[in-house]
Amino acid sequence: MRRIGGALFVIAGTVTLVFLILHWLPGDPAALVAGDTATAETIANIRAQLGTDRPLWSQYVAYIAGLLHGDLGTSFATREPVLGRLWAQVPTTMVLTLFSSAVALAAGVALGVVAAVHRDKWQDRTIQFVLLFLTSLPSFFLGILLILVFSVTLRWLPAIGNGSWRQLVLPVVCLGLITSGRLMRMVRSGVLDVLEEPFVMTLRGKGLRERQVLFTHVLRNALIPVVTVLGVLVGELLSGTVVVETLFARQGIGRMLVDALNVKDIPVVQGAVLLASIFFVLINMMVDLSYGWIDRRVRS
Amino acid sequence: MDASPGFLIQDDVPAKGPPRRRLPALAFPLSALVVVAMIVAAIAPGLLAPFDPTDMDGDAILRPPCWPHLLGTDHFGRDILSLVIYGARASLLMGGCAVAVGGLAGGLTGLVAGYAGRTMDMILMRLLDIWMSVPDMLLAIIVAAGLGASFGHTILAVGFVTIPRYARVMRAQTISVCHRPFIEASRSIGTSHARIVVQHVLPHTFATMLVITTLGVGTAILMGAALSFIGLGVIDDRPDWGFLLSQGRSYVTVAWWFATFPGLAITALVIAVNVLGDALRNRLDPRLRS
Repeated sequence: MRRIGGALFVIAGTVTLVFLILHWLPGDPAALVAGDTATAETIANIRAQLGTDRPLWSQYVAYIAGLLHGDLGTSFATREPVLGRLWAQVPTTMVLTLFSSAVALAAGVALGVVAAVHRDKWQDRTIQFVLLFLTSLPSFFLGILLILVFSVTLRWLPAIGNGSWRQLVLPVVCLGLITSGRLMRMVRSGVLDVLEEPFVMTLRGKGLRERQVLFTHVLRNALIPVVTVLGVLVGELLSGTVVVETLFARQGIGRMLVDALNVKDIPVVQGAVLLASIFFVLINMMVDLSYGWIDRRVRS
Repeated sequence: MDASPGFLIQDDVPAKGPPRRRLPALAFPLSALVVVAMIVAAIAPGLLAPFDPTDMDGDAILRPPCWPHLLGTDHFGRDILSLVIYGARASLLMGGCAVAVGGLAGGLTGLVAGYAGRTMDMILMRLLDIWMSVPDMLLAIIVAAGLGASFGHTILAVGFVTIPRYARVMRAQTISVCHRPFIEASRSIGTSHARIVVQHVLPHTFATMLVITTLGVGTAILMGAALSFIGLGVIDDRPDWGFLLSQGRSYVTVAWWFATFPGLAITALVIAVNVLGDALRNRLDPRLRS
């Protein structure tokens, strides 16, 4: 219950933070909606219509009241409800995020375990080297390299757009690999820690096969701390979708956010950031809650 | 780089021995070299660049790497090598200044929260929770957009977003120092709070903060590049690696060199900074090792 209350508090704070930051925007959205040829009077009319001429607190109260009714405002650019526009983009971004986290988990756990088991051998060193690259490479550069290799040179996969699963492969690989670095490091050190525990020696002494020790006993314990970084991972994925969707010209929340930013469509920007943040807070709350359930030691 | 076994440090320390080196022996000098070269390029790009980055050669548009354009040319016929060299300044400024903003503001927040404790600590920590509830990149985007597109504002935005990570480390450090007996001893002989903070608390947090700010430079450069990649931050003709990449992306089917070399420059710089940060950590604060 306290966790849920905390999450609600954070969400309320986030709404306020996002609202305040965005209303510093120096550009006048009314002038943008009206176009270059509009007279001062037209702009003033549009401003009144959009409600941007009212004082900040009154806009804030109206915004909060709208939020409580599930109303995220109306897009300045298209005059459609923001929630509807964003909701239409949720599935494509969800698909991208889900598949990317699967790639990140698979790559992170597999490489992390291999590195730990072969500690300080060439496998470990190679993986450490790859890890250094993954944490230092801008996601959009990795994406461009993937496009160069798989679309331009080999012509295996399309570089842009969405629709078929083939168009999903490169964005998912790009986002997944970029976010797998942190997991890889966690899994490696987690497995190393558990391997030093006395019970592992007992198991080996009982004559269990190394494979069995590793997969049924060590991994289960090593993955517990990994759960805590899942929340952070989701944050990285959400941040990554903005760049990856722009790079691969995919539809989605991130792309819509960037497009809305360029035309100063504040309600859409606000809505997109809020949606992502609320999702992020909820995931983190679930991670917190599940941690006590998975690892009984932290319950007390 | 070659990762053959002969290239690596072979240490025969037992499994539970002192911290071991995981990177090839040449990684450190190479990284130092990269960083020094980038700093030279940032201070005096004219010395290194073969062309003026604004020179447009109409006869050499999108030309692949060849003499005299060693890394090829872009869609205006500008020399990529010169653009990359002139772009070092933007990235280094981004990395250095954003970390300074985030490190100072975050460090101060963490110090106040950790030293004052109680209500102050609670309020500041709740604020940081809110801060961190917006994913990094999204927060940087709206702050940069909110302040208006300019290079300085992008630096502020990146610095602003990274405040919590410095604040949290600083707070933890401060609290752990404050629980040590010499602080209590110092209090008991009537030393003022200001003096305790300056003389006892700050020196004990210095090494850790130095390490995490160095490691933060890479993150700041990456975030800044991502912001200019999606079109925030660069409004003038200042050469910028992230912006070059976003332009090169449109020509990726016909001119692989256009996006590849600026991308390699970012990657090389960030790898170098991270290697130096790791080395610094191993040297100053082995406890921080993951």
